[in-house]
Amino acid sequence: MADYLEKLDHQINADDPSYGDTEIQNYTINFGPQHPAAHGVLRLVMELDGEIVERCDPHVGLLHRGTEKLIEYKTYLQALPYFDRLDYCSPLGMEHSYVLAIEKLLNLEVPLRAQYLRVFFAELTRICNHMLNLGSHVMDVGAMTPNLWLFEIREDCLNFFERASGARMHSAYFRPGGVHQDVPLKLLTDIADWLDTRLPRLFEDAISLVADNRIFKQRNVDIAVVSKEDALKWGFSGPMIRGSGIPWDIRKAQPYDVYDRMDFDVPVGTNYDCYDRFMVRVEEVRQSARIMKQCLNEMPEGPIASFDRKVVPPKRGEMKRSMEALIHHFKLYTEGFHVPAGEVYVATESPKGEFGVYLVSDGTNKPYRCKIRPTAFSHLQAMDFMMKGHMLADTTAVLGAMDIVFGECDR
Amino acid sequence: MGHSAPKIATIDGIADEIAGVLGASLIETVDHADELSFTVARDDLVSALTALRDRAQYQQLMEIAGVDYPERPDRFEVCYHLLSVTRNHRVRVKVSTDEDTPVPSVTGIWPVAGWLEREVFDMYGVVFSGNTDLRRILTDYGFKGHPQRKDFPLTGYVELRYSEEDKRVVYEPVKLAQDFRSFDFMSPWEGAQYVLPGDEKAPAAPGAPTPAPAPPPPAAAAPASAPTVDKPKVTEKPADTGAGEPANTEAEKKSARAPRKPKAETATGEGAAVPEAPKRTRTPKTPGGDA
Repeated sequence: MADYLEKLDHQINADDPSYGDTEIQNYTINFGPQHPAAHGVLRLVMELDGEIVERCDPHVGLLHRGTEKLIEYKTYLQALPYFDRLDYCSPLGMEHSYVLAIEKLLNLEVPLRAQYLRVFFAELTRICNHMLNLGSHVMDVGAMTPNLWLFEIREDCLNFFERASGARMHSAYFRPGGVHQDVPLKLLTDIADWLDTRLPRLFEDAISLVADNRIFKQRNVDIAVVSKEDALKWGFSGPMIRGSGIPWDIRKAQPYDVYDRMDFDVPVGTNYDCYDRFMVRVEEVRQSARIMKQCLNEMPEGPIASFDRKVVPPKRGEMKRSMEALIHHFKLYTEGFHVPAGEVYVATESPKGEFGVYLVSDGTNKPYRCKIRPTAFSHLQAMDFMMKGHMLADTTAVLGAMDIVFGECDR
Repeated sequence: MGHSAPKIATIDGIADEIAGVLGASLIETVDHADELSFTVARDDLVSALTALRDRAQYQQLMEIAGVDYPERPDRFEVCYHLLSVTRNHRVRVKVSTDEDTPVPSVTGIWPVAGWLEREVFDMYGVVFSGNTDLRRILTDYGFKGHPQRKDFPLTGYVELRYSEEDKRVVYEPVKLAQDFRSFDFMSPWEGAQYVLPGDEKAPAAPGAPTPAPAPPPPAAAAPASAPTVDKPKVTEKPADTGAGEPANTEAEKKSARAPRKPKAETATGEGAAVPEAPKRTRTPKTPGGDA
C-alpha cells in the first residue's frame, strides 16, 4: 500500500492537488476507414475524453475519383453515367439534376410522358435509397431484423430498375430530352401491385418494430439536436433540414418536371434530433408511394423523348430506314450535341437532400466545368459540432441519420 | 413551355434590390437563363455576402465552386451559390482571383464555408485568408498540384501500386499503355485553324516549302468524240441517272441483239458519255454473253 501511495504521489494534478488524483489525457482514436458503420470509406479522427467525444475530424476523399475532371473530357452524353456512380444508392436522383441542367441550358422541352416517367422513377429511387438508409441506421444502433426486411423492398426496387433500364444500379435511364426508352405496361402494373400490397406490408411491419421501440428511442431521441439556425448556417438540406423543423423541399418550393401536379405532404421534425430525421424519412417513403400512384393514374401516352434530333438520337428502327436519322445517330454518338454558352445551377431534391449541378458551357460539345454539389459534404462537416459532448456509441446513430454515401461525398 | 428544370419564380426588381444592397462593391450583373449572378470586388466579398444574408434574406450558402479560365489575367473565378428559403430564390455571387491573391474567407458568416473553401483550395490552389483550417480535403495525403486546373493533365503525374518487394504502397510516374484519345470535332470545312493530318505540305501550312505546281493533265486523255457538256452533270432526280423502266426495256432490246456493235449506242441519253470503244482484238466466244 505504501508503494502504491508513493507512486500516486508523483501523479498529483498541479491545478487541483487533491491526494490520489491521476492525470488522464484525452486520447485520439480512428473510426474507420474500414468500419462497418462508417457507411463506406469515412475516417473519423476522434478525440475522446473517456467515452465523451470532444472533437471529431472527418477525413474524406478516400473515394475521390476526379469525376468532375473526367466530365470535362467527355461529351455531355458520355458524362451522364458518371452521375450514377456518385451516389450509388440513388442513381436516378443524381442523373435528374444533370439532365435538367443540360435541358435548362438548351431550353429544351421534354414530352409529358417522359416527365412523368422521370418523377415516377425518381420517387422509386427515393424509396430504394431510404430502404438502405433506414435499414442501416437501425442496424447501426443494434437492431438486425428490420434491415433484412427493408432489403427485400430494396431488392424489388432494383428489379424494377432492371426491367426499365436493363441495369440494376447504374441505370443511365434519364437522358437529356427525356428518358432512354419507354417502359412496358406490365412493369407499370407490377409496380402498381407492389405499391398496393408488398411495399406497405413489408415496410410498415419493419418500421413498427423500431418506431416505438424503447431501445431504439434511447439510442436516437435527443441525440445530435440541430436547431433551425444551425441547420441554415451549416447548409443542411433534404431530410436533415426538415428534421430540424424547416419545411423546405425543392419538389414543393421549386418544382421540376411534373412535381407541381403532384399532391404530397412534406414531413418535418419537432425535436430536431436523430429520431426525427429517421421518422421524416419513414414518412417520405409513404409520400413517395403516394406520388408514384398519382403518376400511374395520370401518366399520358406519348413520346418519351424530345423530337429535337439535334439533341436526342433517333431510335434504332428509324435509323435503319432513314438516311437523315442515320446521320443524326452517328453525329450524336461521336461528336455529341453542342450546348450554348452559359452557366446554370440546377438543384433537385435527391433522396439525401439538395443535389446541385453547376454547369458551365462554352458552346462546345463538352462541359467546360461541371461542379457537383453533394449533399453529404455539408452534412458531414457538421459532424464535429453535432458530436460534441455525445458518447462514442452515438457516432453511429448520428452518422446513420445523416445518410452519407461516399461516392457522392468524395466524387 | 420550355425546359422543365426547377421553376424559380422571378421576383420583380430583385436585381435592382440586390444591386442596392451590394452598393459600390458590385462590378457586374448577369441575368442568364433566369439566374442572377453578381460579380463583386474581391476585397468587399465578406461585407457583400453579409449584406445579402442580413438584408436580403439569403440565409444559406449552398455551394462554392471554382472555375479556371487560364486566358484571363485573374484566372480563377469563385462562385458562391446562395439560397433564400424564405423568398424561395437563388443568386450567385462571383469573385475572381489569381494563384497568389487570397480571397477573404466567409467562414465567419457561414461555418459550412470551411470545407467548401478547402475543396476550392485543394482543386485550384486558391488561397482563402481567414480560413483557419485550409488543408487539402479530397486528394491524397501528400498530393502535389491542383487537379482541377485546366493545365493539370487528366491522368495526373503519379500512380500508386502495392510493391511486393518493399511491402508498401509506392508512387511512380504515370505510364500509359495507350495515349489518351482526345478527339477534336472541329469541321475542316468550317474554318479549322490547324494543319490537317497528311496535309502538312499544303501551301497554307506555315514554314512548309511551297510545292511546285502540278503539271496539267494531258489533253489527249479526253476523247475527241466526247460530246461537249454545256450544263454540269447532276443526278438530282431518278430520271437523271438514266435508270428506270424505260431504260430497262431499252437495255433488254439491246442485249437481245447479237453480236454487240463495236460502237455502243447511247441508250441512256446524253448523260452517258461513252468514249470510243477500243479496237477489238478478238471476237467473244459466246455472242452477247457479256450483256
